[in-house]
Amino acid sequence: MELYKLTAHELIDLLKDKKVTQQEILDCLISRVGSVDSKINAYVRKDTVSYPIPNTQYPIPTSNGIPVSIKDNICTEGYNTECCSRILEGFKPPYDATVIAKLKNAGALILGLKTNMDEFAFGSSTENSCFGPTHNPWDLERVPGGSSGGSAAAVAADEAVWALGSDTGGSIRQPASFCSIVGLKPTYGRVSRYGLIAFASSLDQIGPLTKDVTDSALLMNIISGKDNRDSTSVDMPVPDYTRSLYNDVKGIKIGMPKEYFVEGIDPEVKKIVGEAIDKLKTLGAELKEVSLPHTEYAVPVYYIIATAEASSNLARFDGVQYGLRVRDKNIIDMYKKTRGRGFGQEAKRRVILGTFALSHGYYDAYYLRALKVRTLIKQDFDKVFSDFDCIVTPTSPTPAFKIGEKVNDPLKMYLSDIYTISANLAGIPAISIPCGFSKKNLPVGLQILAKPFNEEMLFRVAYTYEQNTPWHKIKPKL
Amino acid sequence: MSKKIYEPVIGLEVHIHLKTKTKAFCGCSTEFGGEPNTQVCPVCLGLPGSLPVLNRVALDYAIKVGLALNCTIQEYTKFDRKHYYYPDLPKNYQISQYDLPLSKDGFLDIYVEDKTKRIRIKRVHLEEDAGKLIHQDDISLVDFNRTGIPLLEIVSEPDINSPIEAYEYLTALKSIVEYLGVSDCDMEKGSLRCDANVSVREKGVKELGTKAELKNMNSFKAVRDALAYEIERQIELLDNDEAVIQETRLWDARELKTFSMRTKEEAKDYRYFPEPDLPPFIISKEKIEQIQRSIPELPKEKMLRFIREYGLSEYDAKVICSSRGYAEITEERIKEFPDSDKKPMVNWSIGPILEAAGNFNCRPEELKIPGGNQELIKLIQYQQEGKISNLVAKSVFNESIASGIPPSRIIEDKNLFQISQGSILQAQVEEAIKENPKSVQAYKSGKENAIMFLVGQVMKKTSGRANPKVVQEILKRRLS
Repeated sequence: MELYKLTAHELIDLLKDKKVTQQEILDCLISRVGSVDSKINAYVRKDTVSYPIPNTQYPIPTSNGIPVSIKDNICTEGYNTECCSRILEGFKPPYDATVIAKLKNAGALILGLKTNMDEFAFGSSTENSCFGPTHNPWDLERVPGGSSGGSAAAVAADEAVWALGSDTGGSIRQPASFCSIVGLKPTYGRVSRYGLIAFASSLDQIGPLTKDVTDSALLMNIISGKDNRDSTSVDMPVPDYTRSLYNDVKGIKIGMPKEYFVEGIDPEVKKIVGEAIDKLKTLGAELKEVSLPHTEYAVPVYYIIATAEASSNLARFDGVQYGLRVRDKNIIDMYKKTRGRGFGQEAKRRVILGTFALSHGYYDAYYLRALKVRTLIKQDFDKVFSDFDCIVTPTSPTPAFKIGEKVNDPLKMYLSDIYTISANLAGIPAISIPCGFSKKNLPVGLQILAKPFNEEMLFRVAYTYEQNTPWHKIKPKL
Repeated sequence: MSKKIYEPVIGLEVHIHLKTKTKAFCGCSTEFGGEPNTQVCPVCLGLPGSLPVLNRVALDYAIKVGLALNCTIQEYTKFDRKHYYYPDLPKNYQISQYDLPLSKDGFLDIYVEDKTKRIRIKRVHLEEDAGKLIHQDDISLVDFNRTGIPLLEIVSEPDINSPIEAYEYLTALKSIVEYLGVSDCDMEKGSLRCDANVSVREKGVKELGTKAELKNMNSFKAVRDALAYEIERQIELLDNDEAVIQETRLWDARELKTFSMRTKEEAKDYRYFPEPDLPPFIISKEKIEQIQRSIPELPKEKMLRFIREYGLSEYDAKVICSSRGYAEITEERIKEFPDSDKKPMVNWSIGPILEAAGNFNCRPEELKIPGGNQELIKLIQYQQEGKISNLVAKSVFNESIASGIPPSRIIEDKNLFQISQGSILQAQVEEAIKENPKSVQAYKSGKENAIMFLVGQVMKKTSGRANPKVVQEILKRRLS
């Protein structure tokens, strides 16, 4: 049996029935990484890290002891966490992120190998990594999306059972869509951010990248909940998400925002997503066109807020306490050389943009204005959700693009997040599920959005669609 | 001498460490004096991925100070990030408050030259402290133990017009904060720090002059001296038609001068923006009322009450009420003092007791009087009744504190009761006259004061036990 092909819930069942051992799963996964990752480059620092991380909470394997792959911006105690940035070279956090602690408590095995990403999650292609780009398992010349491209590609290529990523403007959903897997960005405050190296604090959420919807619900059961270490996490009961996995969308009211199906969308994507929507209709959902009138401002608003927060969050990388230090004759020159050499091109671009937006005399015109428009965008969603259970859109306007195609055109790159950004600005949950393939056999994703803390609705609609379509079972040929 | 009359304009910015057990945004200890970097965690070290969580006690303390300074507490408040690069600031931003400070628009009354003056308080806000740099030879090290300790910033309006007013403001502020029990206010340990903005203008002119920011003052006295120096310096410049430069100046306590910190003032842009890791919060009316109720009687109210109830002078009341502990123990003593005239106890409270505390290097409320208040009262009564002389009373008091033996026992054991019978003193008086013919001559030739020398001689001969009044009378009679 090729264990690496299985989903987490399938492996859990085998473990329960004692048909496999945790060690067998691990060995199989590691040999799979050994045989395909030279092509994919989903994992980083492969030569330096031994895996997995010993789970001191659960020295004895449990039925839940499935290996989890972790994005390089989520802190793992004693194991390198570098955000794929030179400036964090050698950084071994002295503590676990809350999600890692929760996984360990649930008996999971954390892989010491971390997954590749755009430096500090700045990007939509995983090309901005100091460890080189990750390749899309469906077409090695193409990007896997980003910034959680390593996690997405690893799951798609069966070299991870499931994985955690982070989503600030689409960084889980867009790569999930490019790689034909399931990616969920939870409601802001649903999952603790403690130990997630911040990109934009008011937008970041950790979420699961999985082979199917059931795994997504299982992983959310483990990582969700209020954390006293994160003041922005919300004290709301965590339901058992697997109870939302039933095959029925009859009477569910779904809105289709007209602003999402206009110019800029690839005709093939439009067609495939249209077919997916038709499928939901035949399954009994009620579909209607709705309007999110402030959609066109989402990208500019996002790039002001996200870069402003990033410029502040990245201020601490100065060579004083940890990571890279380029020595020089005085502290100011040490700062300059360290940051100059430590940050990549895109990180520098965003720090400069954000610094500008917060500068005296510009704050009101940019940052403050952006916050106001953010409120309007949130209100757009509130309005729709007063009448609808969820919203469906394409996850990305195009399928995976070629490596190098957009890397020198930041504006074009930024527009690939056009459909995913709004969910982060509004703080609402959103999921991307596989919904078909283009003529070039490139995956297309369907995005479903719901009101805050209604992940259950996302799981229900996604699960129903998944049970009635073949897409999630199709694997890339490697 | 100045050709014109100038008026100094001073605003003070005071930072106070709040005496919470743990830091403002993490669970680390705030204890002073630990080994470097032993009271740190990922949060106060600003390690990647760590997040701040507000210490509610720090918030309550801050509200308490705001209320005690007559400020309006904002119902809706938030934290902001203040950015600047410095190695003692691990995140390179400080969590502070910008446009919505916790409290604002208050005032503090000070007493200068028998007059009350109201100094307006612009704002009181909560922030985190930075670490400490330690320079050794050619390297610099950082100690992050202090990083994240809750700090209260109290900013006055420029209502202060002299160094002495500044001194009184600081004294009054420190006294209030100590009454509240929320800070040690110890400048030596850095738990109270003060910066000053000072400018001068010609009397009658409305516009403010160019100000200098003074830093590095390590005591209230240093603040007073630095301001006095800086005011003189600015007046001299203006008198010579030179301009005052807007700059930061450091006080040098050894040279007793202020020095320019840097010649080129960098444009400061702190790029404040709302701290996204801490949601804004609402302070309920109930919460404010609850904290209001927990505020004890403050120095000003206590002073007024002492004046009213015990007939204290304003000066005496101010001295006694400058510390809460001392005011409380003194009130106890005044109450226990059986005479209706409380003046003797008050005099002891602002005199010998404070002196002794100074000599024994302790806070006056911590001064242990052997036998307690009752012994103190007995001692004062002995003195009042003339059973012991003032001199004996004082020295017995000091001896009692040093030895731990109650004053009355010392008096009895050593038989220090005052001698007022002329018959007993006659011999010593005769001796003194015989031994000091010059003083006798001087007195007789009209120098009335010369008699005091002779009284002193008799006191000496009786080890201070003689009643000086009686001695003087005998001498006068004898020499007339």
